[in-house]
Amino acid sequence: MPPGAPLTWYLGLSAVVFAIGTVGVLVRRNIIVIFMAIELMLNAVNLTFVAFARSLGSMDGQVIVFFVMTVAAAEAAVGLAIILALFRNRETTNADELVTLRW
Amino acid sequence: MTPTTALRWIVLLPAAGVFFHVFVGRRAIAAVKVVGPGLVGAAFAVAVVAAFRLRALPEGGILRDHVYTWIAAGPFRADAVLRLDALSAVMALVVTGVGFLIHVYSVGYMSGDRGFARYFAYLNLFTTAMLILVLADNLVLLFVGWEGVGLCSYLLIGFWYEKPENAAAGKKAFLVNRIGDAGFLLGLFVLVWTLGRHGFWTLDVAEIERHLDVLRTATIGGWPVPVVVGLLLFMGATGKSAQLPLYVWLPDAMAGPTPVSALIHAATMVTAGVYMIARLHALYALAPAALTVVAVVGAATALFAAVIATAQTDIKRVLAYSTVSQLGYMFLGLGVGATGAAVFHLVTHAFFKALLFLGAGSVIHGLGGEQDMQRMGGLRERMPVTFWTMAAAGLAIAGVPPLAGFFSKDEIVSSAFREMPVLGVVGLVAAALTAYYTGRLLCLTFLGRSRLSHEAEHHVHESPPVMTLPLAILAVGAVAGGFLPVPALLGHRGEAGAPLALMALATGLAVGGLWLAYQLHVVHPAVPAQVAARLGGFYQLVRDKFRVDELYDAVVIRPLFAAADVAARGIDPKLIDGTVNGTGMLVAATSGVWRRLQTGNVQHYALFFLLGALALLGYYVGR
Repeated sequence: MPPGAPLTWYLGLSAVVFAIGTVGVLVRRNIIVIFMAIELMLNAVNLTFVAFARSLGSMDGQVIVFFVMTVAAAEAAVGLAIILALFRNRETTNADELVTLRW
Repeated sequence: MTPTTALRWIVLLPAAGVFFHVFVGRRAIAAVKVVGPGLVGAAFAVAVVAAFRLRALPEGGILRDHVYTWIAAGPFRADAVLRLDALSAVMALVVTGVGFLIHVYSVGYMSGDRGFARYFAYLNLFTTAMLILVLADNLVLLFVGWEGVGLCSYLLIGFWYEKPENAAAGKKAFLVNRIGDAGFLLGLFVLVWTLGRHGFWTLDVAEIERHLDVLRTATIGGWPVPVVVGLLLFMGATGKSAQLPLYVWLPDAMAGPTPVSALIHAATMVTAGVYMIARLHALYALAPAALTVVAVVGAATALFAAVIATAQTDIKRVLAYSTVSQLGYMFLGLGVGATGAAVFHLVTHAFFKALLFLGAGSVIHGLGGEQDMQRMGGLRERMPVTFWTMAAAGLAIAGVPPLAGFFSKDEIVSSAFREMPVLGVVGLVAAALTAYYTGRLLCLTFLGRSRLSHEAEHHVHESPPVMTLPLAILAVGAVAGGFLPVPALLGHRGEAGAPLALMALATGLAVGGLWLAYQLHVVHPAVPAQVAARLGGFYQLVRDKFRVDELYDAVVIRPLFAAADVAARGIDPKLIDGTVNGTGMLVAATSGVWRRLQTGNVQHYALFFLLGALALLGYYVGR
């Protein structure tokens, strides 16, 4: 990490990555891609935490990032298992077709 | 105020019989025959002992049995306390004594009936309830007995419930009584409310009498409380004691077994209203207006029912209207302040009316179920005991001296002449009618030539001793009951001594009525039909009991049923169900629009998350 880069750059990058992730979740139809977009959003937030931790000289943000990464790993395991089960039953990974919650 | 524990046994003994008959009775009919009457007889014995102990007390003494603390609600107290004073002693002796004879008679009359044990369970319960009523120390406990006799009358009138008209008669008795009971309850509420406002939370009769000065000046809604309470309680009495306008249940009450009619008409039930007003005479003394109403209603009922009785052909129906009429006398007596005379008449009436009903039951029993007097006649030789005992009762109720009815009726009529001469005249006219219809009943049943149907002719027989013995004992009461010092016992000595001229007139009317009946129905049996034809419409009106039942049917029952019909077929399915179903349908209809938001697509939900998050963000940032 270049020592001279100001906090706002990191935050800007983080916002861009988060926005890309959000749009990906909203517009893509393949649930595996949606899943990856969620990972993008999580990592954008992680970047924010780490940047603030560095800037404020506090370890709190870094600790939280570890938590987020742990939870994200668990989520990936469970989420991928669900996707696998869905695919076995429905033979599709298209979100538009997985609408049994509908009226 | 002497404490004792004897009084509770007067109530508990018949009550024990109820349990015995219900749980053991059906498998031990022979035991029921002994236990049923036996326990009432035992209660009578206890009552006699208690009455003697009461006599031994100084004047105005009271035996008091505190059984247990019943109601203690805040400041209000109503305990299960039994009390024996002169009035309740007289009543308890009549209820248990006459009740005992009716129980004995029932053993013969009901023998072989499928519901024998059930019958005696009801009969004992009836006696129990009536004893609670007469021995109660406070009006709340009195009300328990009051409702108890109402329930038992329903059970017994509809005893042979397989026949729909019997069940209907039972229901009618219950419902008509209920109307009166509503008034009675309201009266109690007004009374306890008024006393409570002045800090006396009680309905004890003795306490009420102690706080009369509070009641004297109290008003409710601008009306004096004694008048309001008096009229409301009297409304209850008109139901229970079969007065205008609520008498209609009593003539139908003959649907029950005949001994039940005797019990209802003589010892229990109908005397409750008379007893209640006699018990509260101190309260009624504060309300002359209420007493006037009592007297007028009583006199009107006495005359009205006596007129109806002259044209009935069913032997039990004649007696039923006769009871209504005689109860009218008692209320006339109460209304003119002759409480002692009224209770005296209650006692003598208990003897001769029980006797008349049991005699009628004996006749019906002997003829195998025939009740129409037009198909009787000439039974004097065939049923001698029944004839002679019923004749004694007939002369007693007609008022022939020196039999029981003469004394009591005379005292009431002479008191009425003192207070309200018009009502005295009404009483005399009713007395003449009483003599006539009683004579007619005796003539049509026992004298003249036989008009029996063929099978009744073969069936006719005198009843067994278990039935005739009570008749004989009651006959003694009907003959000699007039010499009982009942008014003096109750401390109403001043009333005694009707003017000689009045006595002569009353006797003349009684004998004249009987003579007329004999002339019309034995000597010239063709004449009554001619008289009836001459009277035409009026005779039919009387024979149809002035069509009061039809009037109530048109004015009360039909509108009520019509209203119920509107409720059942209009309001309930349309308004109530419509509201409930309409709520559901409204939700279903509107949800058709809103549920389109629920696409099931996760990404749509996520979009709304985002929009919501942005909105919140915008709100907090832009603030």
